[in-house]
Amino acid sequence: MVIAIASGKGGTGKTAVATALALSAGQPVTLLDCDVEGANDALFFNTGICLTHEVTVPVPSIDPAKCVGCGSCHSICAFNAIVVIGKTARVYKELCHSCGGCRRVCAYGAISETASPIGQITKRHSGNVTLLSGELTVGKAMSPPVIREVKKYPRDKGITIIDSPPGTSCPMINAVRKSDFVLLVTEPTPFGLHDLVLAVRAIRMLRIQFGVIINRCDSGDDRVENFCSTEQIEVVMRIQEKREIAESISRGRTILDAGSEYRPLFAALLKKMIARFGMEE
Amino acid sequence: MKIACSISGDTPESTIDSRFGRAPRFLIVDTDSGEYRLIENTQNLNAAQGAGLQSAQNVINAGAEAVITGHTGPKAFDLLSSMNVKIYYAESVTAKESIQMYKNGTLKAAQSADVESHW
Repeated sequence: MVIAIASGKGGTGKTAVATALALSAGQPVTLLDCDVEGANDALFFNTGICLTHEVTVPVPSIDPAKCVGCGSCHSICAFNAIVVIGKTARVYKELCHSCGGCRRVCAYGAISETASPIGQITKRHSGNVTLLSGELTVGKAMSPPVIREVKKYPRDKGITIIDSPPGTSCPMINAVRKSDFVLLVTEPTPFGLHDLVLAVRAIRMLRIQFGVIINRCDSGDDRVENFCSTEQIEVVMRIQEKREIAESISRGRTILDAGSEYRPLFAALLKKMIARFGMEE
Repeated sequence: MKIACSISGDTPESTIDSRFGRAPRFLIVDTDSGEYRLIENTQNLNAAQGAGLQSAQNVINAGAEAVITGHTGPKAFDLLSSMNVKIYYAESVTAKESIQMYKNGTLKAAQSADVESHW
């Protein structure tokens, strides 16, 4: 079973929900931190890294002895990553999207692929939870290859929880796709509602079942509630705005440590998900 | 020597286009004979990225040894420089006037890109 935590708006509590849900399980869980531009689930894990794996993308490299400057690689490149001057092609790998088209069309066998590092995956264990965090190297432009690599990385079968990046474009889509259920975390503010509407549209396009968690549910107004009821969206959890939660998180602990009432709440949600989707992937 | 001027019009009287990567066309002027021709650059207008590099490729392959434009970004500047193409910045003048300024020595060769990527 794969549950993705997403939001649209940033700062609604995705990481708070993802970590609490993972640690509430009482059985082995893999937590994938796919917010690779700001992976911080590890802040809640007071354990060291037990494994680091480099993430690379293939980029073309040109053999100048074989290149005749025909320009077919340049023509097929949709990302303007290759320029051909005189009899040599040059690659600007920072523009490359690793589609491999240039290598396929080169009739002279002048293009090979080399691995270009763009980030890393780190592994940590804490109790029942194995955390795999994707980290995009600062200065690199494309996060989806790191996100896909985190999702492909070998993990135990069973419960997988994905902490998605905010937004509704490629990084978020790559994080949530092929999951069984998406939990959209929002807050009852105009900003929360605005981005929830976008996120709902994106998830509906992907045809994934989803529900909403309203964080700080007793603040703001009732427009998020109204939107969910009009759109017949299931509100699976409401989390009140509590000083204890803020304090717990500020100390690097999860919502579960903010009070004894929270663990049963998250455990029940997870149990409900398991009942609906089973343990297998 | 051939000079490439970025323009949005299609005559020597057209004003220098401030953009290098996304200039609609280049006027390639042969300063010895006074002859000129146009090369289209429109495929770059809607490019998401790499427009400057493609413009640089176009003017280099057209035989230009110098470029007169409004601004260049880092990648275009580096590629042009690596092929020993000199870059001159000019604004609010026609291509023809800019060529005259070049001949008079009032244009100074740029030492670096003057705008960021995706400017």
